[in-house]
Amino acid sequence: MPDQQVHMRVWRGDASGGEFKDYHIAVGEGQVVLDVIHAIQAQQANDLAVRWNCKAGKCGSCSAEVNGKPRLMCMTRMNIFEPGETITVSPMRTFPVIRDLVTDVSFNFRKAREVPAFKPKPKEADGTRRMFQEDIDRVQEFHKCIECFLCQNVCHVIRDHDENKPAFSGPRLFVRLAALEMHPLDTNDRIELIRQKAGIGYCNITKCCTEVCPEHIHITDNAIIPLKERVVDRYYDPIAKILGLFSAKHK
Amino acid sequence: MAEDKYETHEYDVVVIGAGGAGLRAAVEASAQGVKTALVCKSLLGKAHTVMAEGGIAAAMGNVYPEDNWRVHFRDTMRGGKLLNNWRMAQIHAQEAPDRVLELEEWGALFDRTKEGLILQRDFGGHRYARLAHVGDRTGLEMIRTLQQHAVHKGIDVYMECNLQRLLTDGGRISGAFGYWRESGKFILFKCKAVVLATGGGGKAWKVTSNSWEYTGDGVTMALDAGADLMDMEFIQFHPTGMVWPPSVRGILVTEGVRGDGGTLKNTEGKRFMFGYIPEFFKAETADTEKEADAWYDDKRNNRRTPDLLPRDEVARAINSEVKAGRGTPHGGVFLDIASRRPADYIQRRLPSMYHQFKELADVDITKESMEVGPTCHYAMGGVRVDADSTATTVPGLFAAGEVAAGLHGANRLGGNSLSDLLVFGRRAGLYAAEYAKSFGGSVSINNDQLDQYAHDLLAPFEATGKENPYTIHSDLQQCMQELVGIIRVESELNQALEIIQRLRQRSRQVKVEGNRQYNPGWHLALDLHSLLTFAEAASLAAIERKESRGGHTRDDYPSTDAKFAKVNVVIRKTNGQMTLAQEPLPEIPGDLKALLEEKS
Repeated sequence: MPDQQVHMRVWRGDASGGEFKDYHIAVGEGQVVLDVIHAIQAQQANDLAVRWNCKAGKCGSCSAEVNGKPRLMCMTRMNIFEPGETITVSPMRTFPVIRDLVTDVSFNFRKAREVPAFKPKPKEADGTRRMFQEDIDRVQEFHKCIECFLCQNVCHVIRDHDENKPAFSGPRLFVRLAALEMHPLDTNDRIELIRQKAGIGYCNITKCCTEVCPEHIHITDNAIIPLKERVVDRYYDPIAKILGLFSAKHK
Repeated sequence: MAEDKYETHEYDVVVIGAGGAGLRAAVEASAQGVKTALVCKSLLGKAHTVMAEGGIAAAMGNVYPEDNWRVHFRDTMRGGKLLNNWRMAQIHAQEAPDRVLELEEWGALFDRTKEGLILQRDFGGHRYARLAHVGDRTGLEMIRTLQQHAVHKGIDVYMECNLQRLLTDGGRISGAFGYWRESGKFILFKCKAVVLATGGGGKAWKVTSNSWEYTGDGVTMALDAGADLMDMEFIQFHPTGMVWPPSVRGILVTEGVRGDGGTLKNTEGKRFMFGYIPEFFKAETADTEKEADAWYDDKRNNRRTPDLLPRDEVARAINSEVKAGRGTPHGGVFLDIASRRPADYIQRRLPSMYHQFKELADVDITKESMEVGPTCHYAMGGVRVDADSTATTVPGLFAAGEVAAGLHGANRLGGNSLSDLLVFGRRAGLYAAEYAKSFGGSVSINNDQLDQYAHDLLAPFEATGKENPYTIHSDLQQCMQELVGIIRVESELNQALEIIQRLRQRSRQVKVEGNRQYNPGWHLALDLHSLLTFAEAASLAAIERKESRGGHTRDDYPSTDAKFAKVNVVIRKTNGQMTLAQEPLPEIPGDLKALLEEKS
């Protein structure tokens, strides 16, 4: 297949502002958007800022908005676009821009520090940790998260609402909290945090996060809703509340 | 005063690199009670470890109770063509199971056996199913577990911070210097000890599984600071990288595909690995398809399939098949699991391979064969270290993981990298902390050295030339791919050295656009120094070793040479020039030697 020319519009700028710049560049067979961004970088704009590492959908570094849709650039094939279609690439909107396609995602790392650590129960009498595959399947789904933060980017609680960020952790952190809460060995209690500081009540389960997850984690159904149920059981169920006085933790 | 000029931080131990080795080192140093910083070029959790697929090799004996550290030791040494540092191989085999179980204590969830223990999978060169794993995304589980553990321990992490030079005072470590990627501003760490955990230099090759971070910066910093390098000629070309379409060439296809039953075929449909069983592995390798297939379920009565010979053997075999005209039009061979295992099994065991081929190559691996070929994957060589403490030859400088040399000898077995990171990452943190605690006196910074470094790092902005850093990098990759690849010959290696010298000249004429804020062109211009140093060291060492062994095959010296079986090629800097020496391998004690001599 001969190389085809494509018209790319890439957002260039920094915290003080910026604009879309036009690039016309050749696209080779099988290429993804990240390849084209790299080609622009090598041939036309050496200082074009972009994050990437694995180029195979495993590290979650190259998140951006391609024609307005949150995507990993390394997993977005150029052949999904119509021939002649202009392709627009802009940084994730929920996070402050550092430069070009690179955003300040420190929000996610700050929220991660607030999560109480994994605290395992004692080992079995024979010194082992016995867990069965069927008991960990649901947690392994959450462990697939590559921290691309596309779910955070698309979440309308914080997209265009910076004021909600202090009181809301976002889908990525709900996945993390669900992984800990459902871990067969864990004994820590995070329900109060999930309700208060992580602000799970803000989520009204529109499933936007689930739709953009490149790992196809069922964020809403398998993480957020069960966490909401646990909060309800603890705080709003009168019978459970009374029983809760006598038991350590609901698992 | 340096402190007035540059943002300055003081620590006991600074760990450079936040992959498996760096994270594990930082966790350990911090647990020893010393003030520890973890510094990484990317965001936390994005280091190369995250891409590791197959698993962590550890003789836990959960699937085969007859497995133990001695068998693992033997496999590792034989896989490395006996050029390994025996003591590192022993420590590694003995400590790996504890390091895996420790991850479980920190929240990792490995796939389970029917009895509820950690499941172990088959891999190349391992006698028993030995790799603790999570599907084919084991690296992700490992890095996330370590990352979260480090965060909960309150370790200071400096992300997207690129350290470029080590500072020394009277020959010992006194700090490290580099820049913030975000602002381009300089940052100085004053510290008693540095742990290098920076990985390899595979980005000097064109077809590679390595990310942009693999520029050989740790090897280069260590060499420039006076440390010895060792075994730099041994580069692992992983036999199975993607080959088509061109944009994905080099991306890794896990050895787990073969571990879980996949087999290599040429365009004649022949399982060609049966034709490439070397004498060295004959006694332990199946010579019929029937025995090879039976081995997956019954290892006591059958020998291992030749599809799972060590990586150097398989990569050379694929190379030969393609050269003989039995390769695919895209220059690879077929890797078939579709006809050998049920679709749901493939999707469960190899979900990310399924995903990767489906989305990037329009191939459904449950229905069709994959096309694969060798890809530059791993550097066995690196900084020379003490086997027990990971100390380099520079006081205060420690190294662990891919940046260090010794454990893997001439060829690394699959799965032995993740275990290496854990075992020697922990030791690096431990001994760096001990060194820092026993350090007498205070650390002082040599301001002249520091100002020189600052000047060097800004030079690309002031250069008057017109060279594009990306073009120089691409020319280097082409050179290494063609002249310092799987099969080498002296005339081509010399040619590579000449090209590298010319590229070094050109690299001084690099012109950088834009300003210091998050500027990849500038960053690459700086990385050229380490990429070229890594490439030069690899080429020089490859010329010196006039034999073929493991990840170093010489067309002009096609067999192993007993003389070279007893030496490592060591590189150090003397008066600004790399000098070479052949230095004797440490003698293996009698009881361990006996293990190696056992027939299968």
